[in-house]
Amino acid sequence: MTPTFGLIHIQFLLQGAVLTIGLSLCAFIGGGLMGLVIALCRVSANPVLRGVSSFYIQTIQGVPLLVIMFAGYFGLPAMGFSISPLVAAMLSMTIWVGAYLGEFWRGSIQAVPKAQWEAAECLALSRLQRMYHVIIPQAVRNATPGTVGFMVQIVKNTSLASAVGFVELTRAGQLINNSTFQPFITFSVVALVYFALCYPLSAISHRLETRLARGMRTV
Amino acid sequence: MSLDFSPIFERWPMLVDGALVTMKLAASATILGFSIGTLCAIGRNSKIEWLSNLCACYVEAVRNTPFLVQVFLVFFGLSSLGLTLSAIAVSIIALTINVGAYTGEIMRAGINSVHAGQWEAAECLGLSKAQIYWHVVLRPAVERVYPSLTSQFILLMLASSITSQISVPDLTGNANFIQGASFRPMETYLTIGGIYLLLAVIMRFVFWLIALVAFPRRRRLGTAL
Repeated sequence: MTPTFGLIHIQFLLQGAVLTIGLSLCAFIGGGLMGLVIALCRVSANPVLRGVSSFYIQTIQGVPLLVIMFAGYFGLPAMGFSISPLVAAMLSMTIWVGAYLGEFWRGSIQAVPKAQWEAAECLALSRLQRMYHVIIPQAVRNATPGTVGFMVQIVKNTSLASAVGFVELTRAGQLINNSTFQPFITFSVVALVYFALCYPLSAISHRLETRLARGMRTV
Repeated sequence: MSLDFSPIFERWPMLVDGALVTMKLAASATILGFSIGTLCAIGRNSKIEWLSNLCACYVEAVRNTPFLVQVFLVFFGLSSLGLTLSAIAVSIIALTINVGAYTGEIMRAGINSVHAGQWEAAECLGLSKAQIYWHVVLRPAVERVYPSLTSQFILLMLASSITSQISVPDLTGNANFIQGASFRPMETYLTIGGIYLLLAVIMRFVFWLIALVAFPRRRRLGTAL
């Protein structure tokens, strides 16, 4: 007597979707802070900071997120730290997002025209003042469309947290599939919910991009 | 709290087998995905409205859903249609569908970046649409977006780790087995992390070699690839 896919399952999926959104937000905030530090290190004058942050980016970008997640979830307890699936997922997402956003924001910072850096220097602004009053505000403008676009990647990649047993949207789908044996409809609904979460972000990112391109042209 | 890698290195044949499966997945999906992506880009630029809309829907549907869910959909979808394929075949299909959409977007940017004068000149020479794409447009288009394509295919290789979730014995799948047998999870995942890095470096090198052969004009000009 297996239950068929019905309203109660959709409700369960939506509960999972709430956790997906929560995990995405945590990953974006944690990874954003990490990415900011990494980006600032990458453009710093200190060669050690530059080297370390560059090594971090190169390493993380060459390793699948799933492996980072397994290392956190299975590896850390074996090293003597007890860790819940949620913490493991948040930690690995933060590390992963930090590397990608860090490299992307470094590009946005360096894309600010050189004349702006020089002008700030001529006005006798200190290094910090130059960064916060002149460069970062312009870099933010460069970076916004791509950052919103990357949020789509974050939402999609939270699905990997299902592999470490965190009951978000994909895991909820797997659990329902285990009881109803109707995988096709279950995962179609799961895909639809992801689409509903991601498509608006993609569309906003695209609109911001065209607007930025228009702004660049008139300048 | 000390790291001991010897139980992992004892099982090196499994790691090598896994790495070979990963490379096989990446290579097949790169070739198939590039073909599908290019066709999709051409379809999207076509004047036939339903074809262009269909390609746009395909791209948006794939780019806004996680790869893990796509794998499950292909895996269970094919089996509910009565087709029982091996997990590796399913993975190659899913990876191809996934990377095809991303490649389609990249190739569309490349094709649109080819100067309108090139199209007009080719039309004046009486070339058909297919001939224009094949002889005039495609090569400079690929050349222009080549760095993005390289990154996308490396991301594809990394994404193939997700297929371990439908029991493909790729690098991650074998690592899951090794960590269960050796009780050394941290060492296992650090090791395969290193192997993935190495595979990414190798892929970058291979793509650089391909560019050296495929785009000789650029090499003669002396600009960096």
